[in-house]
Amino acid sequence: MTVRSQEAPLVLKLEGITKRFGGLTANGDVSLDLGKGEILALLGENGAGKTTLMNILFGHYVADEGRVLVADPSGELDALEPGSPSAALEAGIGMVHQHFTLAENLSALDNILLGTEPLAALKSSRAPARKKLDDLMARSGLSVNLDTRISQLSVGEKQRVEILKALYRDARVLVLDEPTAVLTPQESETLFSVLKKLAGEGLGIIFISHKLAEVLASSNRVAVLRGGRKVADLQTSGCDRRQLAELMVGHEIAETAREPGEPGAVLFSLKNVSAGGGRDALRDVSLDLKAGEILGIAGVSGNGQTMLARVISGLEPVRSGELLLEGEGLGSLHARSMIDLGFARIPEDRHHDGIVGAMTVSENLAIESIRKPENQRFGLLRFAAMRTRAKEMIKAYDIRCQGEDSPARLLSGGNIQKIVLARTLETEPRVVLAAQPSRGLDVGATSDVHRRLLEARARGAGVILISEDLDELMRLSDRIAVIHRGELSNAEPTETLDRGTLGLRMAGHGAEDAA
Amino acid sequence: MIRFEPREPASLGRMIAVSVAAAVVALILASVPMLFAGLNVFEAYGLMVKGAFGSVFAFTEMLTRATPLILTGLAAAVAFRAKLWNIGAEGQLYAGALAAVAVGTGMVSGPSYVLIPLVVLAGALAGGLVMLGPTLLKTRLGVDEVVTTLLLNFVILLFVQMMLEGPMKDPMGMGWPQSEPILDGAALPKLMNRMRIHWGLVIALVSTLGVYFLLKRTVWGFEIRAVGENAAAAKHAGIPVTATFVRVGLLSGALAGLAGVGEVAGLKGYLTADLSPGFGYSGIVVAMLAGLSPIGVVFAALFIASIFVGADSMSRATGVSNYLADLIVAMALLCVLVSGLFLRFRVRFIGVPRSREAAE
Repeated sequence: MTVRSQEAPLVLKLEGITKRFGGLTANGDVSLDLGKGEILALLGENGAGKTTLMNILFGHYVADEGRVLVADPSGELDALEPGSPSAALEAGIGMVHQHFTLAENLSALDNILLGTEPLAALKSSRAPARKKLDDLMARSGLSVNLDTRISQLSVGEKQRVEILKALYRDARVLVLDEPTAVLTPQESETLFSVLKKLAGEGLGIIFISHKLAEVLASSNRVAVLRGGRKVADLQTSGCDRRQLAELMVGHEIAETAREPGEPGAVLFSLKNVSAGGGRDALRDVSLDLKAGEILGIAGVSGNGQTMLARVISGLEPVRSGELLLEGEGLGSLHARSMIDLGFARIPEDRHHDGIVGAMTVSENLAIESIRKPENQRFGLLRFAAMRTRAKEMIKAYDIRCQGEDSPARLLSGGNIQKIVLARTLETEPRVVLAAQPSRGLDVGATSDVHRRLLEARARGAGVILISEDLDELMRLSDRIAVIHRGELSNAEPTETLDRGTLGLRMAGHGAEDAA
Repeated sequence: MIRFEPREPASLGRMIAVSVAAAVVALILASVPMLFAGLNVFEAYGLMVKGAFGSVFAFTEMLTRATPLILTGLAAAVAFRAKLWNIGAEGQLYAGALAAVAVGTGMVSGPSYVLIPLVVLAGALAGGLVMLGPTLLKTRLGVDEVVTTLLLNFVILLFVQMMLEGPMKDPMGMGWPQSEPILDGAALPKLMNRMRIHWGLVIALVSTLGVYFLLKRTVWGFEIRAVGENAAAAKHAGIPVTATFVRVGLLSGALAGLAGVGEVAGLKGYLTADLSPGFGYSGIVVAMLAGLSPIGVVFAALFIASIFVGADSMSRATGVSNYLADLIVAMALLCVLVSGLFLRFRVRFIGVPRSREAAE
């Protein structure tokens, strides 16, 4: 690993960047340096201004104050034209967005060359480009089949195409916005080893993250943003997890941990359930959930977790097998009937399935119980009662919003998740299904989610926790089962499992292979 | 250099301002062909205003024209709120008119207070049932309702023509393809002596308040809004998505059917195949101009109606074709669609930055 010496020439300098959106200051007087060959982690909670800052750097936004300086090939720092992505590209800044900007129906090669070729050329000469890319791939370890269509690539491969796209344009600064949000742990490790190799060749790298582990493991220096301001700029080697977490959140964080509990009788079971088709199908899945326990379901994404969650949410019919609540078969499944039976369902994609963005916070808090007498009488909505209850929930669950009448889409991901938690857990459900409940959330919101799940467990509810985050699963679950290609292993007590075993099972090796 | 930056959700005031601005821009754009036709634009618009507001007769004519537009506008607005794209208000209007004529020309007899509600009900029911098919096809089989509702318009119009040439043809009609006249006792009464304005307007305004109340205050309205804004989340939260679509489809079709009832039982007295000069399609413009707000629909319908009535009057005075009205209405729709951009984005004009020289 190359550690930046203080004398490494600067490739990028941000001076006093300030950006306001209406009354909100997204960035306040942020200055940042990046040296040649340095990996800088930009750490902060959701809404801390990380992405805004990088969008200013790349010219998507124009800063109200301050300027961006980029080194030209000779190392001279020049001011970058504000608000022009093409100027940023030309100056050697490459950006890999969280949501990829690839044309799905073109090949990887086409995507990389897109915009670099003259429009009116009679025939494009691809041979030199191919050679340059082969060379880049060999040097960096980023391997992609250049002739495959983007739509057929995995998420990790798409990200590699994005990085290659930037490198092909001779980027000297590479910015990655939450690069690991969509990757499996193994893919993340590969990514960071590639980034270190690239840094070793002199590329300056900024990656945005709110995951402490990867920041500590992979960066040379870390800049912490909070509330739009830079609150720390430290050499990573001198930092620890707790220090960074507190800088990021601004106060001390209570660690959530599971107290040993006494699980009760079997509450909810799946018996030989098969559902769906294709990659995400469930094959002959059985599980028993006891009252007062958290049952973790580990697995690499796309192995049937989504279908499992949809079945338990009442959104997908089972092809064979049955669901039992306290020994009684549930018959045909509907979202409505599952809610009425006392199932709390926290959806995997909270923006898509969790909230109606255009409706108010209060309406979103009432949506699952809108036909209950507390919300309506003779088909007429009881707004006053809805508002009162919304105010209570906003307070109890610390939902940060401009009031119960503001549209839910204005809320951050963490606060949207709190809306879902509030409306599902407020009814004291018997079974809680939490699908990827902390995905994309910052430290503060994640610890809130965990606390709520543990409270439900302590109350005697059975909790099914589907997650790709092994740390989360090991910390919260009483037992863990692994899902692979739609098949679920037997759940085993967490104490008897370790990360290595789980990792092998997630990759499809049975218990006997691990032994 | 022009730059678009996303902005926060629009306030009510800004939405109204954008709709008004769209209408004004449409008028300005439409003045270009008027100039080519050799008209004095101000004089021509003056004539149009006079034609729509200049006298009690002009004003009531404008209101008479607005009546079906309010109802078809509501039909589009309520359906579009649920993202059920009902483009078939024209056909549903004819279905409503056909049912009104069938019931109102002697199928049943009785006093007015029995006949009129029956006629109104029959029209609403017919319109609703026409919309039921496309709605069920959408919810059961995923058939695109834009296609089915649009094509049904032609099916229904041809069916009406067949009925008017055949079973429902007026034997006293001198061979014209028209229905028997609606019984006096079944016709909607006039609102003013010697004017054409009729009780259809009251039905339209009551419907407006009804739809407003439904969307704003009721569980069904809540469910319609939730399904329209995010059907996946609504389904996840246990809202009956299919039932909601069916309700919306029935309501939307019924509102368009009521427009047909008003035209045939309030205005014309008998059914012909040219009953509607495209009220169903104009209703879409009305709804879009109103930002899908039921109250806004009334104002948008008044605007569109005054364009139509005013243009008729202007064309009589100047000899310019009243197709100009269609032009203005079409421009208004385009302007509203473009204005969506201004609601969602802030437009900034930026000078070429000085740092360009430094960068080069």
